[in-house]
Amino acid sequence: MSAEEKKPKERVGVYVCHCGTNIAGVVNVGEVSKWASDNLSDEGVVVARDYKFMCSSLGQELIQKDIKEQKLTRVVVAACSPHLHEKTFRNACKGADLNPYLCELVSIREQDSWVHTDKIAATEKAKAIISGGVARVIHHEPLEPLHVPIHPATLIVGGGIAGIQAALEIADAGFPVYLVEREPSIGGHMAQFDKTFPTLDCSACILTPKMVDVGNHKNITMLTYSEVQKVDGYVGNFAVTIKKRARYIKTEDCTGCGICWEKCPKKVIDDHFEAGLGYRKAVYTPFPQAVPKYPVIDDINCTYFVKGTCKACEKFCPTNAIDFNQKDEILTVEVGNIILATGWDLFDARRVPNYGYGRLANVFTNMEFERLSNSAGPTGGNIVLRDGKTTPKSVGIVHCVGSRDKNYNNYCSAICCMQSLKFAHLVHEKTGATVYNFYIDIRTPAKAYDEFYQRIIEEGTLFVRGKVAEITDAARNPGEEGKLIVQVEDTLVGKQRRIPVDMVILSAGLEPRYDSKALAKTFGISCSADGWFIERHPKLDPVATMTEGVYIAGCVQGPKDIPASVVQGAAAAARILGKIQQKEIALEPVRATINEEQCSGCRICNTLCPFNAILFHEDRMVSEVNPALCQGCGTCVAACPAGAIAGTGFSNEQILSQIDGLLLLNLNKKEAVPAVLPQV
Amino acid sequence: MSKPKFAMYWAASCGGCEIAVLNIHEKILDVDAAFDVVFWPVAMDAKYKDVEAMPDDSITLCLWNGGIRNDENEHMAHLLRKKAQILVAFGSCACEGCIPGLANFSSTQDMIDTAFSTITTDNPDNIRPQASYAMPEGIITIPTINPILKTLDQVVDVDYYMPGCPPESHQIAAVIDLVIAALNGKAQLPPKGATIGAGNSTVCDECPRKRNVKAIKEFNRIQLMAADPELCLLEQGIPCNGPATRSGCNARCPSAGAQCIGCYGPAEGVVDYGARLIAAFASVIDSDKPDEIDKILDGLVDPAGQFYRFNLAGSLLRASKAAQTPKIG
Repeated sequence: MSAEEKKPKERVGVYVCHCGTNIAGVVNVGEVSKWASDNLSDEGVVVARDYKFMCSSLGQELIQKDIKEQKLTRVVVAACSPHLHEKTFRNACKGADLNPYLCELVSIREQDSWVHTDKIAATEKAKAIISGGVARVIHHEPLEPLHVPIHPATLIVGGGIAGIQAALEIADAGFPVYLVEREPSIGGHMAQFDKTFPTLDCSACILTPKMVDVGNHKNITMLTYSEVQKVDGYVGNFAVTIKKRARYIKTEDCTGCGICWEKCPKKVIDDHFEAGLGYRKAVYTPFPQAVPKYPVIDDINCTYFVKGTCKACEKFCPTNAIDFNQKDEILTVEVGNIILATGWDLFDARRVPNYGYGRLANVFTNMEFERLSNSAGPTGGNIVLRDGKTTPKSVGIVHCVGSRDKNYNNYCSAICCMQSLKFAHLVHEKTGATVYNFYIDIRTPAKAYDEFYQRIIEEGTLFVRGKVAEITDAARNPGEEGKLIVQVEDTLVGKQRRIPVDMVILSAGLEPRYDSKALAKTFGISCSADGWFIERHPKLDPVATMTEGVYIAGCVQGPKDIPASVVQGAAAAARILGKIQQKEIALEPVRATINEEQCSGCRICNTLCPFNAILFHEDRMVSEVNPALCQGCGTCVAACPAGAIAGTGFSNEQILSQIDGLLLLNLNKKEAVPAVLPQV
Repeated sequence: MSKPKFAMYWAASCGGCEIAVLNIHEKILDVDAAFDVVFWPVAMDAKYKDVEAMPDDSITLCLWNGGIRNDENEHMAHLLRKKAQILVAFGSCACEGCIPGLANFSSTQDMIDTAFSTITTDNPDNIRPQASYAMPEGIITIPTINPILKTLDQVVDVDYYMPGCPPESHQIAAVIDLVIAALNGKAQLPPKGATIGAGNSTVCDECPRKRNVKAIKEFNRIQLMAADPELCLLEQGIPCNGPATRSGCNARCPSAGAQCIGCYGPAEGVVDYGARLIAAFASVIDSDKPDEIDKILDGLVDPAGQFYRFNLAGSLLRASKAAQTPKIG
C-alpha cells in the first residue's frame, strides 16, 4: 500500500465526556482520550479531549473551536445515549459550519459506565466503543433534513377528557380540529363518574361545560359514532380515512327533543354507559347531557331493523328527522398532526374467580358503583344492593383488583387507591354503613390526595392491610349467614380474618383498550407489552411518540387520573401548536431507499413497514420507499434478502467498519484486515 | 504473434465446473482457436514443474475452480496467480467455498473421522491418512490438509468472480466471447473485482412465478406437497433462496418446480448471504406468538444447509469455532 493511500481522508475529533462522575467514576476518561489520540491517528484522529460535561455550553464551544481551528471534518462524542444528546452535539457541529450528520455520538454511559463495575474493563470497553465510532464516522455523509409543509388541522382520536382538553386548546388557538369519537357522545369515562377525587366535585358538572364548548366551537368538527379506518401520509400531511357509522338520524333536522326515545318500545340493557345496571332504548343518547344532542338508532336491537316493523320513532318525530335508509359514510380528512386519546378499558373482574363477580350478586365493580352513586344513574344515586332496594349496612372495598398482581397485570392502575377512598366517603355519607378498605399499599402521591386519605380515616373507614384471598357467601357461623365474607390476611395484625359485609366493591384496574394493538398499527406507533402506547421519552417527552406527528394523551399512555390526563391533553396540544406555528417541519434525513436495479420485487418487505411507507409497482415489479413516510426504523433494510435497501446512516460500510473498530482492527500500524477474517 | 494462453485448474471441488466448460459444445473450438491451452490437468497432461517454468504473467486467462483445502491447493493458487494475468474464481467453490466449505462447521479431525468411518467405508483397520509415510523405498507424502477451507480470494488476489454451481454454460460462453473480444480490442473488460457471467439482481428477477405479499404460516418441503406451479414458492412456504441469490441462471430451479438453493451466491450488495436470508424469512413469518414461531421455524429442518450451503467459507461466519480451534491432545 502506498503512503498516499494510508493518509487518512478525514480529520476526526474525539470528545470524551466525564458526565460528572457518571462516566468518570468508572471509566478512566483521561486514559481513554489519550489512547484515542495515540492509537487512532492513522484513522484520522487529530485531536482527542476529555471534559467534565461535554453537553454544557463550554463543552460544546470546545468542540466548535476545534472544528474551526483544527479543520475537523468529523466529530465523535463519547458520552451518553444518542437518545439524550445527539441533537445537542449535532447542533454544536452545525453551529461551527460542520454538517450535523458528520457527528457520531457513542454511548459510554448507558452502554458502559452504568452497566459495569470493573473499572479497568470498562475503560477498555470505552476505547473499543470510541474506536468503533471513529471507524464509522469516516463513512458518514453530509445530509440535509427534508422540509415539508404542515397542514394546520389536527385529528384527535377519542373524546374523553384528554381529547376534549386537547381539542379546546388547539381550537382556541385558532386552528381546526377533527375530534373522532367511537361512541354516540363525547365525554368518555369521566361522564360516567359520580364525584371526582379529592375535591368531590360532581364529575358531570365540571365536564359538561367543556363538552358544550367542544360542540359549539367553530374550529372543531366533531365526528361521533365514528372510527378511524386508515392513516396514510406522514407528519404534516396525513390523510385519515374515517368511517362515520349511520345514526339513522338526520342531524340537520333533529332538535334533540327526546320524543323518539320516549316513544321507542324497545328496552335494551345499557352495559356501556350504565355498566349494565340500567336500561336505555334502541334509539338513545347515552346520557342527558350528551354532545352532540342527536340520538342514534342501535340497529342491532331496533325492532324495525330486526323485524321490519315498528318505526314508532319515525311516527312521533316532530321534525321528521328519522332516516332508516342512512348508510355508513366513509370520509377522508387531511391533517398535519394526530393526538391519540382513546383511553382505557376496565379490567374484567370476572377474571378473578375467587372474588365472585358475576356469581355473587352483591359484588360490584367500581364502574357499577359510580353509576349506583350517580344521581343521574339508574337508582337516582341511592346506594343499594342488587335487589334494587336494600341499603347495605356494611361495605367492603377491595383495592388492586387485576393490578399489581402477576396473575393479571403487574402495573399499578394509579387511580384505584383514591377512587376506593372516594367510594368509602360516598358510602359513608349516603348510607352510614360500616366501610372496610382492603388494600396492599395506599398510594396518594398527588396534591391534596394524602389529606383526602386522612379525612377518610377520620370519617371512620376501617382499613385492612392485606390482599383479599376470597369473597364467598359460604357462611361458617350464624353471624355470616346471608352475608358476603371477605377472607383476608390482615398483615398488620398478622392473622387471617373473615369479615362479613353486605356489599363488596371491586376496584378493578385500568387496561389498554382491547383493540389498542390494532390502533397502534393503524397509526404506526408502538405499544408496550401490556398494550399501553409508548411515549418518545418516559420523562422528557411524554406525549410525543417515535412517529413524528403522532402524539398521545391520557390513559392511552398508561393509567392516570383526570388531572394528569388533562395535563397531557394540553401538553400534546401545545406541542402541536408549536409545530403548526412553524408552518413547515424538518424531517430526519435517516431514510431507507431501495436501489431499483437490485430490487427483484420479491415483495418480502411489502408488509413489514410499520409506517406503510413501502409501495409496490406492479408494472415494473419493484418496491419503493416513500421518503416522507419512512421513519428510518430499518426493518426493511434488515429484511431485504437482496441487500437492495439501504438505510441512510446505516450502510453496510458504516456498520461493518464500526464492527472492525469495536474489534480494534483499525489501530495504528495494523494492516487493514476486515473484521471477518479470523486469524487461523 | 503467438496466441494468448489459457489455463484451468481444479482444487477442492467436484469437477462439475470442468464439465460445464466442456458443455459449451462447439464454442470450445473458439477457445481452442483463440487460445493456446497451456495447463488444464483434467483435459490434458501437464506437470506442475512446467507451470513453474513459465514466465510470470505468461498465462492470459486462468479459470480456477475449487476451494483451498490443502497445502497443494494453496501452492497452486500462489503459483497460478503469479503466472496468470487474469485469474478468475470460477464457480461457487472458488468464489465462496460451496459444499466442501461446509466442512468448516467441523474440526479437521472430525471431518476425517467422518470420511473414513462411514457405513459404506471399507476400512477394517480404521486407518487415517497421514501427510507422510516411511516406506522401504523412502518417505512418501500427500498434501497436508488445512484447518479450514478458504475461498480463492482469501488466499490470493482475484481479478474476477464467476459464480454458479456450476456456472451456466451460456454464461461461460458469453464470458469467453467477451474475453476474446477484449483481446482483439473490440470490448472492454469489466473493472477488477467484478462478478462476471451473472446478473446484478436476484433470481426472483428472472423467475416467472407470480408474486404477492408474503405471509408464511408453515415451511413445507417440496417433495411432501403438491406445489402450485405458477405461484412464488416462498409464498407456499417452500424455503426458496431466490430472493437473496444472484441472478444469472435464468431461474432454472424455480422454473423447473424446485426451490432455489442459492448456488449463484449472494446478490450484489449482500454481505452475508445466510444472515440476509434468515432476516428475510423471519420477517415474513406470519405470527407473533413465540411458541407458534418456534413451530414454524422447526419446519426448516437443516438451517445450516438452507442458509449456508454454498457460502459458509465465504461468509462473515467463515467457519465454526470448532474448525478454527486446533484440538488439544
